[in-house]
Amino acid sequence: MSGVRVLVGTRKGAFLLSADGHREDWDVQGPLFGGWEIYHVNGSPADPDRLYASQSDGWFGQVLQRSDDGGATWETVGNEFTYVGDAGSHQHYDGSAVPWKFNRVWHLAPAADDPDTVYAGVEDAALFRSTDGGQSWQELAGLRDHGSVPGWMPGAGGLCLHTILARPDDPARMLVAISAAGVFASDDGGDSWEPANKGLHSGFMPEPEAEVGHCVHKLAMHPSQPDVVFMQKHWDVMRSDDGGRSWREISGNLPTDFGFAIGVHAHEPETVYVVPITSDEQHYPPDGALRVYRSRTGGDEWEPLTDGLPQEHCYVNVLRDAMAIDEMDPCGVYVGTTGGQVYVSPDGGDHWSPIVRDLPAVLSVEVQTLP
Amino acid sequence: MSAALHGPEDGVAAVRVAMPQQLRTLARISGEVVVEVAAPVTLRTTLDALEAAHPTLTGTIRDRHTGQRRAMVRLYADGEDLSNVPPDTPLPEPVVAGREPLRLVGAIAGG
Repeated sequence: MSGVRVLVGTRKGAFLLSADGHREDWDVQGPLFGGWEIYHVNGSPADPDRLYASQSDGWFGQVLQRSDDGGATWETVGNEFTYVGDAGSHQHYDGSAVPWKFNRVWHLAPAADDPDTVYAGVEDAALFRSTDGGQSWQELAGLRDHGSVPGWMPGAGGLCLHTILARPDDPARMLVAISAAGVFASDDGGDSWEPANKGLHSGFMPEPEAEVGHCVHKLAMHPSQPDVVFMQKHWDVMRSDDGGRSWREISGNLPTDFGFAIGVHAHEPETVYVVPITSDEQHYPPDGALRVYRSRTGGDEWEPLTDGLPQEHCYVNVLRDAMAIDEMDPCGVYVGTTGGQVYVSPDGGDHWSPIVRDLPAVLSVEVQTLP
Repeated sequence: MSAALHGPEDGVAAVRVAMPQQLRTLARISGEVVVEVAAPVTLRTTLDALEAAHPTLTGTIRDRHTGQRRAMVRLYADGEDLSNVPPDTPLPEPVVAGREPLRLVGAIAGG
């Protein structure tokens, strides 16, 4: 393995950070699409030169970009996201019904085996798929057939579909997560979906264990163990051992179980990372100290990782898509902050250093392990 | 800027369009762009012609589904704010004649 390429989306453009396997000396490319919000940049597992980027802003809406040469050049592809049929309505914060409206693409998930097939999770929440390299998009509308849909309500960031996981052993079995509706599972390639929130408890809901309505922030899965899914919820870190059918809490000794990002070690499927954030009202780390927490036991027992991370006067946030883990040995862990830092630990979390310190607020971080 | 390619008397106007840098970058152009617009020359027909000539702009000025101007895009011409006029209103004569551009402006908003 020759190196890594870190794909960073920020409030004002995208950045590509490249290094060899030592992950010490970094080449920084960018800003790409300067001035635009880049919610996500992701690469195809089937072709690392194929990248997709979601570019949007409040003035000019949604644009999608594609690169076929690892980010050297980009081509604008399709930005038509049309909901199937009568899009219906969902609940607004004030309880009123508002029509479903496309706002932006939050998350792009290229398929494992085909660079031209890519899934897009959008706001207002829906799942779209392209099979022509992003030129055209079709909604997998079965997700919004569930009877609970008119009652879905946005989280603070919007009613967004932000996580798309397909099982490596059976890609037709998928999980998606929506803030604030929860997890939905499909066994038929996305045609039909069922809620997968059993065991979640959300105190902000009138019925805390309701089938839907949970503010799930992020899911993570290790490819060798697809029945095991980890979740950072609005509050609570959770684990499923049955592919999302049921969940149990694994927050254990975390200083707070609020947070956004969660990731799994590349080679140890029971090693999990989270970044605890003080609370839903205080979106910064406890005690002004940025600490990544690692569990080597699949949850419950957590250790703080602090070496090289700021341990005083630090009040940044780490958003839900802003953690990534490479496949080198030892694996690297990456965390991007709303303060514009991207930190790397090339040794699984033991030691950290900033790759860049002064980017715009980081919205997302992905990493490609290059052959 | 060059003179109009055709006079409006030919039924086709060469309308100058000035856009913000973000849209010029998307369309891969610099400076103003000139689009040929068949009569009647209105906001709608001009933006239709602009999107036809530069498909990457589709959806960035008007909502793809409703055709409504995006809320934070303003449309000015010949000293007038056309942002809220009906889209089938004829553009001012100096724009049709190519003496003034149709100006697309991003609204002032922080961030």
